[in-house]
Amino acid sequence: MENNNYAIETNDLSIHYGSFTAVKGVNMKVERQKITAIIGPSGCGKSTLLRAFNRMNDFVPSCHVTGELLLDNQNLYSKDIDPVEVRRKIGMVFQKPNPFPKSIYENIAWGARINGFKGKMDELVEQSLRSAALWDEVKDKLQQSAYALSGGQQQRLCIARTIAIQPEIILMDEPASALDPISTLRIEELMQELKKNYTIIIVTHNMQQAARASDYTAMMMIDDQRAGGVIEFDATKTIFTRPGDKRTEDYVTGRFG
Amino acid sequence: MSEQNQNYPEGSAFYSELRKRYLTATIWQTLFLSALVIAIISLTALIYNVLDGAFGYVAYDYKNDPAEFTSTPIHELTKEELLTILKAELSSGAYNKLDNEKKMEDRSQSDLYILFLERLVQIDTKATWSMTDSLTRGDEIRAEVAEKYPDAELEFRSWLTPQFLTTPMSSKAEFAGVRTAVLGSLWLVGIAILFALPVGVGAAVYLQEYAPHNWLTNIIQTNINNLAGVPSIVYGMLGLAVFVRVMESFTSGAMFGVTDSNGRTVLSAGLTMGILVLPLMIINAQEAIKAVPDSLRQAAFGVGATRWQTIWHHVLPNALPGIMTGSILAISRTLGETAPLIVVGASTFISLDPDSPFSKFTALPIQIYQWTTRPQAEFHSIAASAIVVLLVLLLSLNATAILLRNRTQRKW
Repeated sequence: MENNNYAIETNDLSIHYGSFTAVKGVNMKVERQKITAIIGPSGCGKSTLLRAFNRMNDFVPSCHVTGELLLDNQNLYSKDIDPVEVRRKIGMVFQKPNPFPKSIYENIAWGARINGFKGKMDELVEQSLRSAALWDEVKDKLQQSAYALSGGQQQRLCIARTIAIQPEIILMDEPASALDPISTLRIEELMQELKKNYTIIIVTHNMQQAARASDYTAMMMIDDQRAGGVIEFDATKTIFTRPGDKRTEDYVTGRFG
Repeated sequence: MSEQNQNYPEGSAFYSELRKRYLTATIWQTLFLSALVIAIISLTALIYNVLDGAFGYVAYDYKNDPAEFTSTPIHELTKEELLTILKAELSSGAYNKLDNEKKMEDRSQSDLYILFLERLVQIDTKATWSMTDSLTRGDEIRAEVAEKYPDAELEFRSWLTPQFLTTPMSSKAEFAGVRTAVLGSLWLVGIAILFALPVGVGAAVYLQEYAPHNWLTNIIQTNINNLAGVPSIVYGMLGLAVFVRVMESFTSGAMFGVTDSNGRTVLSAGLTMGILVLPLMIINAQEAIKAVPDSLRQAAFGVGATRWQTIWHHVLPNALPGIMTGSILAISRTLGETAPLIVVGASTFISLDPDSPFSKFTALPIQIYQWTTRPQAEFHSIAASAIVVLLVLLLSLNATAILLRNRTQRKW
């Protein structure tokens, strides 16, 4: 298969905290403009792996990464790559909505401004909010506080904020776990819209969500040294109907986890 | 009764148990209430004690009858009349000395009137009474004055007057004021904050956001915490050695062409105070920075912000209210500290306002201390008034800082 079909590839990627290995030997090829879900029981390193993709783990002092993480054939962990550039190309939506304590408008504009955006800011804000299916709800109160929005709206604002800096990949760390079912559904619908332009990698502990919303699924599990690893990575349909690993089958059928 | 409930008391046993629980609660509640009452009583006693000295009866007479100098009733004297009288009656040496300090023609009527009373009429205070005595034993005091000082006049006066605020130090309690001391204290606060706020916030930002967590930063952190508890006199010694002596050419202003000063300036004292409040400032700023949620930093990093952009746009603005709280504490500390000022060399008698960082200075606590050590009772009364001034100054500076803090504490 052609290399450029993949947005991101990992090559024996391991994540260590001091001498402890949290995630071991991950080999994944994430396809462009698809939604890839990472599932697995609590504590298996799903979020740690996701955060490794845009170098958010750099802020954990004892954390270091071995192996390769390739974006456009470039190892994102090589010395000459600036993590700020990585995060500019690979945006992130967090588990709990975390808008800035600023106006709705500023939430979008700030990221653009600090990255040296030169276009028309009003247009960017409108376009980003439209892409995040939030425009109609907030267009009359752009100068109001983002904290006045509901949890679901705040999460879509965070997605809009990420879209505004036009990343190649959007990472989502259980983006709907703090939301009610209706807001969750809206986020999932939004993801289907977004995958037309972006590659999405989502961590979820909700198996229905993974089955409903993703194209590919990576199943993670911890081994007897408490190191997490991807035990199976395949099309979502395969994972949920004909899993190759007994542990995956037990997990997705609800017999375990 | 079901099997599982056997281990819990039921019915009357439950109620007797419950009464015991309520009794314990009542005892503790009463203890907390009495603690509050003790605190309120102490504070009331403090304020009463200060006010008791600041108001009361005064028996005084004139050494020289005002009628010897003028036929006009003294309260109606104009500036010109006062000038003429002073020029005629004061020795030319004394007059020229005053004229050199400040041109007599430029002085206000009230200034000249005070000079007239101080130098020529020479008010002589015979006795003073506290506010409580004056209010409860008025008749006894009047009888006592009539017997002991037949020539004296008895007057109920407030030692805290507008004139007390606007006149400089004087060797006579009746004419002494706190202007120099208030201005000195304000200069001190200003210099200390100008030094400690940027340095303290900078150090806190570095420690919280940049420095790695290792044995070295642990030692630094422990030392900062300990420095906050070092007795202030030690900072005074430091200020004397470093600012007054070693850095004399800077703190005396010699470097900037000021010639008539040594290192014992308001700048030396202000910097000493700045060092004194620095640990307090750092610790408060650190706490404020720690309280900024990590999710906010991650949000900023997540959209490609550098560390500095994250700190400048998100961490510092959200930590600002806490930083302001630290500044409030620093202001209070600076206003109240006395010991380091004595060591650094505050002047105890000075009548010239501090007008530059290189001025000699005095401060309110120094002045209060100096007045309370005098034997004459009227100095104790003006010390009490100066304490009232200090408290009011403290409250108004704190109120300003709190207002500023609440304005920055914009809730989103």
